[in-house]
Amino acid sequence: MSYSKFYNPEECLSRSEIEALQLERLQATVKHCMNSPFYKERFRSIGLSPSDIRTLDDLRKIPFTTKQDLRDTYPFGIASVPLEKCVRLHSSSGTTGNPTVILHTQKDLDQWANAVARCLWMVGCRPEDVFQNSSGYGMFTGGLGFQYGAEKVGMLTVPAAAGNTLRQIKFFTDFGTTVVHAIPSYAARIYEVMCEKGIDPRRDTKLRTLVIGAEPHSEDTRKRIENMLGVKAYNSFGMSEMCGPGVAFECLEQNGMHIWEDYYIVEIVDPDTLEPVPEGEVGELVLTTINREAMPLLRYRTRDLTRILPGECPCGRHHRRLDRMKGRSDDMIILKGVNIFPIQIETILMQFQELASDYLITLDTQEDNDVMIVDVEMKDLHIDDYTKLQALSREITRQLRDEILVTPKVRLVPKNSLPKSEGKAVRVKDLRKKY
Amino acid sequence: MTVHQLSVFIENKSGTLVKVLKLLKQEDIQLIASTIADTADYGICRIICSEPERAYTVLKEAGVAVSLCEVFAVELDDRPGKAADAIEIFAGEGISIAYLYSFLLNGKGVLIFRTDNSEKAAEIISANDLKIIREKDLSKLL
Repeated sequence: MSYSKFYNPEECLSRSEIEALQLERLQATVKHCMNSPFYKERFRSIGLSPSDIRTLDDLRKIPFTTKQDLRDTYPFGIASVPLEKCVRLHSSSGTTGNPTVILHTQKDLDQWANAVARCLWMVGCRPEDVFQNSSGYGMFTGGLGFQYGAEKVGMLTVPAAAGNTLRQIKFFTDFGTTVVHAIPSYAARIYEVMCEKGIDPRRDTKLRTLVIGAEPHSEDTRKRIENMLGVKAYNSFGMSEMCGPGVAFECLEQNGMHIWEDYYIVEIVDPDTLEPVPEGEVGELVLTTINREAMPLLRYRTRDLTRILPGECPCGRHHRRLDRMKGRSDDMIILKGVNIFPIQIETILMQFQELASDYLITLDTQEDNDVMIVDVEMKDLHIDDYTKLQALSREITRQLRDEILVTPKVRLVPKNSLPKSEGKAVRVKDLRKKY
Repeated sequence: MTVHQLSVFIENKSGTLVKVLKLLKQEDIQLIASTIADTADYGICRIICSEPERAYTVLKEAGVAVSLCEVFAVELDDRPGKAADAIEIFAGEGISIAYLYSFLLNGKGVLIFRTDNSEKAAEIISANDLKIIREKDLSKLL
């Protein structure tokens, strides 16, 4: 069967058409935001009125929205619709401080599914495909986000969820899975287990396309995973504050991720001065949602560092392309697709009487698997007792796992043995192969 | 009825054990016995030495993670089966040995051990007339 190359006509808009649509949607969004107690007060406090937004450049009159704003207004304070109009919420995992909550109306869910479907269609997914989602479900948006998008494309969609690698592989062979969504380190792990079981992905499966993202990875890692599984792997970008997956996605060119500018207005700013950086330079990604009903966010600081790739994409889409994420403008760690702040780890560690105050978080790549090692300095207690030392490191590991949702490797080290720099302890060392 | 043992936390890194031994050497403290058990990431080095209290201070001041513990030292005749007899007594009383090591000193066998119940272990030692080595005797044997 032959299909159109494009899923939505909006993909083919010219720059001027995109910008006209953006202005129209921005003005409507700002007006709609006056139903939000948070934005209403924010506009009032600086004497700004929705009618002051006459051009796209006027966007810069609006103050930034931050993660802290989401926390301060937890759970529903930014919403621009009454709660009874909402049908879903997603929330961040952290238990340190308030989590962030994003509300969705039915229209929001439909628009989100459409964006994900557009992305999947762009990398060649069609109704004949079998899509297996190895992402965590529940509150994590990579689960339901891809589920609805893949179903919208019309694919047979397998909500395999995370983990149980043997079962994942059995599904590949039994169901004829052609497209998989997984974080890069898990894709490598799947291959490892296939090798152990004597399964050749090229011979024994129909895998063709891999959708990756949520975890920083290098071009080399992508190439390696493609060679392992005999697939094409496409990078993606999303975040729960912007719905989840479907914000930006690579096309068949595999050169930068098209960000859907009929959904989002993109700014790249210097994280210190908050002024726009020159076109093509790296800065912090700031996004304004212009296609959302329950909870539009104006000039949301994502804290992700990236740049706009210059030039036209041969694929014919004029939605600009984001480069691979280059890091963060805060201290957030992204490990296996999970967002972790060092303060979450510190809070847990400080509850252990047996530990001194210094610790070191090391992120490393071991056998294609990203791992977190937490070195903790002990006070001189229990040194003669292995049972107690082992029980201690087990308990630390368990509590950290409950907080950050990945299992770190905890190492007990003697007091004063961790490196310090200029009096201030170095807390995070990232040795992973990425960017 | 116990002797002092140094327990030193040794990271699984080259040079950490040497550092400890050198510190003792500089202070002219003599090792009588030592043992290391290890896990993947760290080990505990247990040391019986002359002047354990001074050794403890020296290591502590040098920033070594060390603790001073009390362990039992039982003297045995250097003949087959003596260790078995001694351990059997404890096992019969339901006392678990947390760890144990042994060495020969001047023709006498010495068993060093720690149990999960020091008080009861002391009672058993007295009741069964096991020959205890005291700290001052230990250095005399050198």
